[in-house]
Amino acid sequence: MKKTKTSKRISKEEGKRLLHQMQLIRRFEEKSAEVYTETKIRGFLHLYVGEEAVAVGVIQALMEEDYILSTYREHGHALARGMDPGAIMAEMYGKVEGCAMGRGGSMHLFDKNIHFFGGNAIVGGHLPMAVGMALASKKQGKKNVTCCFFGEGAAAEGEFHESMNLAALWGAPVLFLCENNLYAMGTALKYTHSEQQLEKKGPTYGIETATVNGMDLLEVMAAAQKAVDYIRKTGKPYFLVCYTYRFRAHSMFDAELYRDKAEVEEWKKQDPIPQFKKYLLEEQLITEKEIASLESAVEKEVAEAVDFAENGTWEPVEDLCRFVYSEKQEP
Amino acid sequence: MISFKMPSLGADMEDGTLVEWRKQPGDLLQRGDILADVDTQKGLIEIEFFGEGVLEKQLVEEGQKVPVGTVLALIRPVGAEAEQVVPPAAAPEPKKEAIPMEPILQEEKPASPPVATEKTKRIKISPLARKMAEMHQMDISQIKGTGPEGAIVKADIEKRLAEIVPEKEVVEKPREVLQQAPVQQAAIPESEAIRKAVAAAMSRSNQDIPHYYLEKRMDMSKALAWLKEANKERSVQQRLLPVALFIKAVAKALDDVPDLNAVWENGLQRKNEINIGFVVSLRTGGIMVPAILNADTLSMDAVMACLNDIIPRARAFKLRSSELSQSTFTITSIGEGGGDKVFGVIYPPQVGIVGFGEIRDEAVVHEGMIGIKPVVDVTLAADHRATDGLIGGKFLAALNKYLQNPASL
Amino acid sequence: MITITYREALKSAIRESLQKDERVFLMGEDVGHYGGAFAVSKGLLKEFGPERIMDVPLSESGFTGAGIGAALAGMRPIVEIMTVNFSLLAMDQIFNNAATLLHMSGGQLNVPVVIRMGCGIGRQLAAQHSHSWEPFYAHVPGIHVLSVGTHEDARGMLLSALQSPDPVIIFEYTSMLNLEGEIPEDAGAVDIRKAKVRREGKDLSLITYGTGVYKAMEAAEILARDGMDIEVVDLRVLRPLDEETFLASVAKTHRALIVEDAWKSVSISSEVSSRIMEKAFFELDLPVERLCGVEVSIPYPKHLEDASVPQVQDIVDRVRKILKP
Repeated sequence: MKKTKTSKRISKEEGKRLLHQMQLIRRFEEKSAEVYTETKIRGFLHLYVGEEAVAVGVIQALMEEDYILSTYREHGHALARGMDPGAIMAEMYGKVEGCAMGRGGSMHLFDKNIHFFGGNAIVGGHLPMAVGMALASKKQGKKNVTCCFFGEGAAAEGEFHESMNLAALWGAPVLFLCENNLYAMGTALKYTHSEQQLEKKGPTYGIETATVNGMDLLEVMAAAQKAVDYIRKTGKPYFLVCYTYRFRAHSMFDAELYRDKAEVEEWKKQDPIPQFKKYLLEEQLITEKEIASLESAVEKEVAEAVDFAENGTWEPVEDLCRFVYSEKQEP
Repeated sequence: MISFKMPSLGADMEDGTLVEWRKQPGDLLQRGDILADVDTQKGLIEIEFFGEGVLEKQLVEEGQKVPVGTVLALIRPVGAEAEQVVPPAAAPEPKKEAIPMEPILQEEKPASPPVATEKTKRIKISPLARKMAEMHQMDISQIKGTGPEGAIVKADIEKRLAEIVPEKEVVEKPREVLQQAPVQQAAIPESEAIRKAVAAAMSRSNQDIPHYYLEKRMDMSKALAWLKEANKERSVQQRLLPVALFIKAVAKALDDVPDLNAVWENGLQRKNEINIGFVVSLRTGGIMVPAILNADTLSMDAVMACLNDIIPRARAFKLRSSELSQSTFTITSIGEGGGDKVFGVIYPPQVGIVGFGEIRDEAVVHEGMIGIKPVVDVTLAADHRATDGLIGGKFLAALNKYLQNPASL
Repeated sequence: MITITYREALKSAIRESLQKDERVFLMGEDVGHYGGAFAVSKGLLKEFGPERIMDVPLSESGFTGAGIGAALAGMRPIVEIMTVNFSLLAMDQIFNNAATLLHMSGGQLNVPVVIRMGCGIGRQLAAQHSHSWEPFYAHVPGIHVLSVGTHEDARGMLLSALQSPDPVIIFEYTSMLNLEGEIPEDAGAVDIRKAKVRREGKDLSLITYGTGVYKAMEAAEILARDGMDIEVVDLRVLRPLDEETFLASVAKTHRALIVEDAWKSVSISSEVSSRIMEKAFFELDLPVERLCGVEVSIPYPKHLEDASVPQVQDIVDRVRKILKP
C-alpha cells in the first residue's frame, strides 16, 4: 500500500470506520453465499468480494444529498452508503421487512432516504437515468453529485455512449464510476472491447477522466475525492475507471470456466482488506486487539442481519397488485 | 455434528456429481475451504464450507451423482467431542405421488332405445335472444332465425312476440338486464299449447342429448319407518309423503355431486341454486314441470307445503314463469300400478332426470337370508356430454345413502 | 367556441403546462431550434428558453432514460419521442425502468414522466415510419396509456397527465395535425380515466380510439341517413381500459364493432372484444366484430396505404353488413 502524496492522512476513527465497512461487506457477502446454498436466497446473487475498496473508497467522498445508482452487484455500495444489513438480507430473503418490501430481491435494493436508487438489473440501463437525475439537480440549482456505478461490460452498451454524450453536452454533474473487473460475466475484456483502455473513451466526449488502482483503498479515496471536487466545482461530468477484481464467480451458479484459478490467486494477493489492515497497523492507527474486536463485531452484525431476515414475514398474497400505480395520486 | 448437504447454487440446479474430495476425514476445515469439486450442467464448481470443524466422514463416493440437499459429509464442529458416528438416514427419495388411476369405465348399456346416431341439428341463437325467449317461455325450436348462420336473434323473438301476444310490451332495461332476468308474472297458455311445447322439448331432447341410463333398487324400509314416526306428530294436512323425502334426498345428493345440478350450453355450467323440477301430470293430458326453488335449503315440512301449493296451481295453469323455467334438475315418478320403474327424458338444458318407480314389497337378500322389504327402483337418465357413469353412479349412491338415513334430511 | 387545429391544441397544452409549473420542461429531438418535427413546439424555445425547451441528440434510450431520471429527482419532464417508430430504442427505459420502479422499490420511487409520441399512418412514409403500436404499450402494467383522438383531448390530456405521479404515455396522431376542430374557448384539462360516448345511438356500439374516432363519427352520420342509429365510443384511455363505459354501451345496443388502425392480432380490439364476451355475453345479439389494420407492413403507394387501414367507407360498409336493414 503506497502512501502517495495525494492521499491525505486519515484519523484513527476514520481508519476504523473504513476497515469496518470493508469487513462488513466481505462477511455479509460470504454469509449471503452461505444462505444462498441453503436456498434461503433464490434467483441471482452477485457478490462483491474483492472489490470492497471501490465502494468504500468512492462513497466516503460523497455527501448525504448526493444520489447513487448501481448495478445488480450493489450490496457493497448499499452497505457503504449506510443501508441496514438486516434490511438488505431481508430483501434477499423476500421478506416484507426488506428495503423494497421484498419485492426486488438481491438485484433491486432501493432506499429513498439515503438516495440509493438501485439495484438495476439491465446492464447499462441505469446510466441514462443517472444523467437525468444529475440534469434535474442542475435545473434545481442543487450542488449534489449523481454517482453512477457500472462495470466495464456496460461500457459496450449503446446507453454508455448516449449517456456520456448527453452528460457532457448538458454539463450534468455525473460521476461515471466504471468498475473494471476485467470480466463481463464470463467474457474477458479483450473479447468485448476493441479499445481495452476504457479511459481513452472519456476524452472523446470531452469528459475529464482518470484511472485508479481499485484494490488500494487510499488511492481510491484520493481519486474519488478529486473527481467529486471537480464535479462540484465545474458542474461537469467525470469518468473514473477503477481497476479491480472479483474473487468470486459472476454469480452463484458459475463454474468460472473463463478464467484461470492462478489468475484469481494472483489477484487475491492484492486483497484490499489485508492491505489496509497492514497500513493501519504500520501507521499505528489500530492495534491487533482492535482489529479482532472489530471483526467479531462484524460477525455479530451479520448474524443479526440473518436473524432479522429469518424472523421476517411474507407479504400477503392479497397485496400482490399493490404498487402498479401509486396509492396516493398526488406525490 | 454438522450434516453438510449438496448446496443449491441456482434455482435450476437439481443435482451434482461429486468428482473429487478435496479434504479427507481428519482434516481441519476453515471457513472458505473447498470441500469437494462437483460437476454440474454448468461445469465443475468448487463446493465450499462456511464454518470450522473437522471432517468426520465422507458419505458420498467420488463419481456419485446426488440431488441437491443430499448429505455429503459429516463435520464435527470445533470444540465438540468425538461422538459415535451415526450416519443420518439416507436422503429421502423425492416422494412420488401415486397418481390415482380412474377406473376404466364400463360402457353403460342403456335399458331404453339407443341414442340417435345421425348428426343432430343444433339451434343457433344469440345469448340475448335466448334470454328473451326464456323470459317469455317461448319454444325456440319453433322460431326461424334470420341472424348470421341462421341464428335466432332479438328481432326474431320480437317478431314472434308481436304475433303471439300483440299487446305484450317488450321491456329492456340495459343496466339491470346485465344482471338477473327480471321475474314476471305470466299467464300460462292453453293445454294444447302445453302438449305441443312438451312434444317439442322431448323431441329436441331425444335428438340433441346423448342419454345414458343407470338404475338402482333402494331399500325404503328405514325411510318409510321414519315417515310413519314423523307423521304421528303431524296433522293430516301437514302429513309428509315419500315424494318430499325423495326431493330432499335428491337435493342433498346433488349437493354432493354438483356436476348433475347444471345445464349444458356449450359446456357444463354448474348452477349454484338447487331447483328441483318435478313432473306433474295434468288431468287434461300432458305434463307440467314446476320447480321447487332452493330445495336444498327447505325443511321437509317446507317442501311438503310447497308441493301442496304448487301441484294444484299447476293443474289450474296458475304457475309463475320462474317456477317453470328455473329447474336445475328434474324428478319424475310413476304412481301406483303404473310401472316398476320409469326412465325419464332429460328436459334441456338440464343434464339429468331421476325417476322413481312404485314403492312396493319385494324379496330381497339381507344378511344371507331372503326377506320381504319395501323397495323403490330409482333410475338416472343423464347427459353423457356432461357426465359419465362414474358421476351418475356416485349420485345414485349418495341418494341411497340419504334415503337410508332420513333423519339427516 | 373556437376553431383550432389539432396541432395548435397540442401546443397550447404544452405552453400552459410550462407556464403553470416550473418543474415542467420539454425534451426531444428538434423541439427547439427546428420548432418541432411536426411544428408542434414552434416558437416555444424563444418564449421559454433552452432550459425549458431542450433539443436532444438522436439517443432515444439516453434521453428517455434521462427524462425518467429527472422525474425520479423531482422534475416533471415531457419527453417527446418524435414518433412511436423510434420508441423501440427507448422501450428498455420505459418498460424496464419507468414501468417497474414503483413496484420494485416497494412503493418508494415515483416516476412522474410524460412521454408523448407521434404515431399512425397517412403520408406515404412506408413501413418503418407508419406504425400503430398502441397495443405494445397497453399491454404493460405500471404505466398509463392515452390516445388523443379529438381536439378536446389534444387540448387537455397533457395537463392532466402531468398531474399523475406515475408514467403516462400519450399517443398523438400526425395525420390529424392540420385538422381543424371546435373546442370551448375555456377548454383545459380533461379527465384521463374514462372513455367517452361521442355520439349516442341504439343500434350498434362503434368502439374506437385515435384516428378511428372522427372516422367513426363520419361513418355514423352517413349511416344515420339510412335510419341506422350508431353509438360511437372513444376509448381515450388504452391502459387501464374503462370497460364500464363500453360494456354499458353494448348492454344498450347489443352489437359491437371495434375499429382501429393497429394490426388485428393481439390488438386493443382483441382485449375489448374479450372483455365484452366475458362481461356482457348475455347482452350480445351478434358476435363482436373487429375492423383493424391489415396485417402487412405499411406500403408506400397511396392506394395500398389507404387499403391497409379502415377508412370511413370501410366502417360504413361493415356496419351495413352487420345490421342488414
